[in-house]
Formats: sequence, structure tokens, C-alpha cells
Amino acid sequence: MSGGVDSSVAAVLLKQQGYEVTGMMLRLWSEPGKENSNRCCTPDAMAQARKVAAGLDIPFYVVDAKEIFRQTVVQFFIDGYARGETPNPCLVCNRHIRWEFLLEHALALGADYMATGHYVRRRQAPDGRVQLWKAVDPAKDQSYVLHVLTQEKLTRALFPIGEYAKPEIRRIASKASLSTAARPDSQDLCFLAGDDYRNFIQRNAPEIASAGQIVSRDGSVLGEHQGLPYYTIGQRKGLGISSPQPLYVLAKEAASNTLVVGPLEELGQSELLATNVNWIAGAAPAGPFRTQVKIRYSAREAAAEVTPLEGGSRARVRFDAPLRDITPGQAAVFYNGEAVLGGGVIISSR
Amino acid sequence: MDRIYLDHAATTPLDARVLAAMSPYFSEIFGNPSSVHRYGQRAEAAIDAARETVAIALNCQPDEVVFTSGGSEADNLALRGTAAALAKGAGSKWLLTSKAEHPAISRTAQQLAVRGDFALEWLETDERGRVTAEAVERAICGETALVSVMLANNEIGTINALSEIARVCRPQGVLLHSDAVQAAAYLPVDVQALGADLVSLGGHKFYGPKGVGVLYVRKGTPLVAAQTGGGQEGGLRAGTENVPYIVGFAEALRLAVEEREPRNAHVRPLRDRIIGEVLEGVPDARLTGDPGSRLPNHASFAFKDVDGNLLLTLLDGAGFACSSGSACKTGNPEPSEVMAAIGLAREWGLGSLRVTLGMGTTPAQVDAFIQALPALVEKSRVIRQR
Repeated sequence: MSGGVDSSVAAVLLKQQGYEVTGMMLRLWSEPGKENSNRCCTPDAMAQARKVAAGLDIPFYVVDAKEIFRQTVVQFFIDGYARGETPNPCLVCNRHIRWEFLLEHALALGADYMATGHYVRRRQAPDGRVQLWKAVDPAKDQSYVLHVLTQEKLTRALFPIGEYAKPEIRRIASKASLSTAARPDSQDLCFLAGDDYRNFIQRNAPEIASAGQIVSRDGSVLGEHQGLPYYTIGQRKGLGISSPQPLYVLAKEAASNTLVVGPLEELGQSELLATNVNWIAGAAPAGPFRTQVKIRYSAREAAAEVTPLEGGSRARVRFDAPLRDITPGQAAVFYNGEAVLGGGVIISSR
Repeated sequence: MDRIYLDHAATTPLDARVLAAMSPYFSEIFGNPSSVHRYGQRAEAAIDAARETVAIALNCQPDEVVFTSGGSEADNLALRGTAAALAKGAGSKWLLTSKAEHPAISRTAQQLAVRGDFALEWLETDERGRVTAEAVERAICGETALVSVMLANNEIGTINALSEIARVCRPQGVLLHSDAVQAAAYLPVDVQALGADLVSLGGHKFYGPKGVGVLYVRKGTPLVAAQTGGGQEGGLRAGTENVPYIVGFAEALRLAVEEREPRNAHVRPLRDRIIGEVLEGVPDARLTGDPGSRLPNHASFAFKDVDGNLLLTLLDGAGFACSSGSACKTGNPEPSEVMAAIGLAREWGLGSLRVTLGMGTTPAQVDAFIQALPALVEKSRVIRQR
């Protein structure tokens, strides 16, 4: 429970469905001095969650995950930028903090399932395996960040709110007189505490961002960048170079600390390589298959052919049409209609 | 699920006899004790009687009993009141206390030191959490104003030899305060025998209500009111007296004194079983505090490489309500000051557990606890070490 409307309604629904419910809240890491603005575990959020739990008359415990969160998620975030990627720490948090560290605590407490306020659905396939489906509400769907779940974890998972559209969730919340009903949705990374990630890097890992050259594909120097972490693939604004035509960030080359830019027509790429691939069904398909792929949380699905490599631990994705912003560090997630097939972290593209 | 309450050092349930004594004073006999009329007189008579009852229990005079809102307020009044009274006095300006004290003492002392009302020196505690008379003797000097040493420790149960400390303070004219909030449930609090000038008590630790306490103030002790207003409580604690709670406090204390022997006899053997079985049944476990000189209902442990907060969560999940020196409901565990004061390394200090028994504790409950604990300690150990 986060104190927000989604996990609060999840608890309400589970209680209505007859489960014996225990509330758990993660105490995550905050930058020293920013504990009161961290998105997910401010004293205020904790008070809200406690109030919801008290209203439902369920036990409520706070689990300290500060150190493990800093070591895994925050470090991953900094390391990713240091490699010239645009890391997605929510994936790591879901894999290692929520669905490993917290799940272990829940199981130790004697729980049969762990439920979260994620907008996804869980479905039992005829063969006994558990499938991960998109949420009923496409605008709220969070299946992208949960593609990291394995069968072992999915058999323990419940996602009560994925079956409803967000307005229904808000209605349930106000009907249950949850004081969280009017709270805004959280969006940014929790540990940025509402700040820009660039400021976070300047404060916490200034050594990974140093000025370097901005070059075109043919190698001519066009200007100076302030540090690769401050740029993202496809970015147009804020490059600080004048040019007859708009220039876009094409690539970030960490080895030479150069930012490669070019015109819009050079931006598109149609192939990517993903590593650390998780297959929801537990194993990779035998050979290449056609599917829909999402390359960012908010990206549209794109038609592609996916080829499992190295026994499925990696995958090559060939898109039917080039995409503008394939970004190393983000995930490529494979969909078959409503079902998530799996996904992995993008390491290169061309 | 049958829930088993093993956290009587945190608080105790109200004794039904105490509730019965209190209940007329909410709406039937509701007068303000300061009022001239019959309503006021009846309420005043109730607090006068309560004050006498407390005085008998503490072996002092009724006008040496100041009712407060609880143990913390009594502690605050003792420290702030003497600081205010002695601030103008030439010379005596040092406050001696230890880091093993309840935060109502240690935090108040720190604040007084920051403000310059008292100079603060921390008394040494030994590895059992004791402050010895020798430690006080080493620290005391001609400029010492006040020594504050608790009678029994809330986290680790250790009992201090207060009368020996008083023998150091007395001849030098140094005031002695003792927080006896934990002790009063099982130990005699005879202020003459203890030799203290100021003693704090809290009602809810011995089956009385929350929100009421006492500060014993030996006649002649320089003390300035921390809360001013109408001159209640001998001018030391302003505010209309909380009549039902004062009546409840007195009745609970009277019962604690009257039933001290059977209460001690009930909890001590059960507590001894817990200590013996836990030390035997759980690897990497140690008793914290003094093995001999400790509260008879109090068992406290440290487990190596255990997250005390997680252990409490697992215990609660299994139906056992306990406490920990590092417990914090906000999931922000740090070893307590007490664990640090007794020299426990961090890998031990985070894994503390306090088990405190009460009159309702049964042998069957103790058996269930002893049976459940080892596996839960191991579980929290495994998760922590991932």
C-alpha cells in the first residue's frame, strides 16, 4: 500500500472478495533531506495508508527497504546513465524490490498471495500457467513495467484493480469513503521527489556527467554537450546548436563521451537487441514470431518480428517500419493482443 | 486468531476494579475541585483521598504528590522545573544522566543543554545497562545540580541501585531524580528508602489509565512550575485536575502495592522460563540487561543479524504482540540509544526483542511463544541476509 487511491482500492476490493488482507508498505530510499517529498513514502502517505488499513480493520506493517533500494534501484539508475543509457528504474524496483524483497516478507508473514495496485490483469491459462494481461483501462495499463514477472511470482500475484477503469476505481474509493479518493496520481520516479532527474544526477553522481562533443553521423563537430545523461534519444530541444534544419539526438556514445545528432530522417531505426529477456510463459517460443512491441512505457505498440536468441535470454526485434526513439536502457515488451508475452532491456539498436 | 499480549512494558489493560473506581467521576461527580460549591467539594475530596493513597504507597506526605498527565510530563517537570529553579543559583549547573534513560529524560536533557539551562554530562552505563554509584561519584562535582537515574530500564529491565546513588548525592547536596515509571508495577517505590528527591510514575504501566502520572517532589526541593495557570497541584502543575484519572491512578497504585507479592510470584517463573528457553532454543541469541537485577516480568534479547522490526511483524502475524528497542512503525530502524549505551554492535543492536509479561499471561501463552519464536527469528535472519 502506498497511501494512494489505487492500492487503497485494491485492499478494499480484496476485503470485499473475502480475502484475509494484511497491508504492507515499503519504506524506500530518499535523498537525505527530501524524505518529505518522496513520491511514495512520505509521512503523509504513510498516514494515509495507515488510515485506510485502520478503516478496513486490517493489520498494517511498514517494511524497511531503504538500503536495498539504494543499492539496487538507485545504483542501477546511476550506472545506466553512466553507460549512456536511459535506464528505467521502475523495472528494477518491480523485479527486485516489490516482487522479490517485499514478496518474501509477505510470504514470511504467511501470505498466499501478494496484491498490488497495478493496472494489469492476471489470467489462468488452460494449461495451468498464469498469464499477464493488459488492464481493462488502456490509459492506465501498467503491464509494461510488470513484464519482468515470472510464473513463480505470477502464481502469487493478485491485481484487483486491473479489472476496472480508473473512473470506476475513483468511484469505489469515494463510495468506501477513502480519504485517498481525491489524491493525484503519482507519476515521476519516487526518489526524484518531484525534482528533475538531471539535478538528481548533479547532486548524487556528478562524475558520470562531463561535457563532450556533439557530432554528426559523419563525425563533424557541431557543438558541446553538458554530459550524456542529460540527453535522451529523439530529443530536439535544448541541444544549443544552430542549424538550418532541426537536429535530433541519434545516439549517446559513452566510450567517447559524444552525442550524435542528425536530421529527422536519420532518426529512425528498425532493429533492436534486448537482453535479460523474461518470458511470461516461462520459456521462449521456439523460433521467430510476429507480434506487437512497446519500446517505452508510453509508446504505441509497433508491429515487429521477434527472434529469441541464446536460448531466449536475448531477443532481436525487427520492426515493420522504423521507430524514432528506440532507447537503450528502456524495455522492449512483447504483446499478443491483451497478453504480455515477455520483454527485455534494450542494449543496442540500428 | 488468538492474540497473545506480551508487551506490558508498553502499556497494560485497565484493571476492572480501577475502572469501577473511576466511573462515578465522569458525569456523576463531575465538579471542578477548585469550585467553592458542593460539586467542587466532592471532586476535591476525591483527589485529596487519591493523593493520600498515593502518599501512603510512596511513603511520603500528600503535599509531596503532584499529579501530571503521565510519566513523560513528570520527567519533564522534574528536569525543566529544577533547571528553572537553579538557573539563577550560583554554581550548581550540571545535569548528570545517562543515554539509557527513557527519551522523556534524555531528549529533555539534551534540549536543556542546547538552550544552556543545564550543562549536560552523560553518566557511564555498564554492559548490563546499570548506572552505578561509582559512576555517579566519578562524575559528580561541586557544580552538579541534578542527577537523574531511572529505577528500572524500560527496554532492558535493568534495576539500578538507587539508594546507593542517593548516598553519593545526598552529602553533596545534589538533587536526585528517578524515573520509576517501569518499576512501579513490581518494585516498591518507597521514596525514603530510595533517597530520591523527585520520582516519576505513570498510571498505565500498572493497570491504571493512560494520561495520568505523578511526580513526587520532596519538600524543599527547588522546583518551578513548567505549566502555569490557576495554582493547582501546589502551584507546580496548572490545569483543572483530571479527577477520574487521578482517582484511577491512586486505585491502581494501591492495588499494585497490595498485590505486589502475588503479582511478582505470577510473572517471575514465567519470565524465567522464557529467558531460559529462548537462550537455549535460538542460536546467536543473548539476554540484554542484567540477568539478576531486572524487573520480574521483563525479558529482553538481542539476536544477531536480525531485523527487529521484521521480527515484530512476523510475531504479530503469528499473534504475538512484543516490542523491540529498534522498533519503529515507520520502517526506519536504528538501534536504540539503550542498545548503543550497553555497547551492542549494530548487527546485534538492530535485532532486539522485548517480551514483558503481565497478570493475564498464562503458562500456555508462554509455551506457545517459546514454540513459535525460534522459527520466526530464523525467518527474519534469512530475509535480512539475502
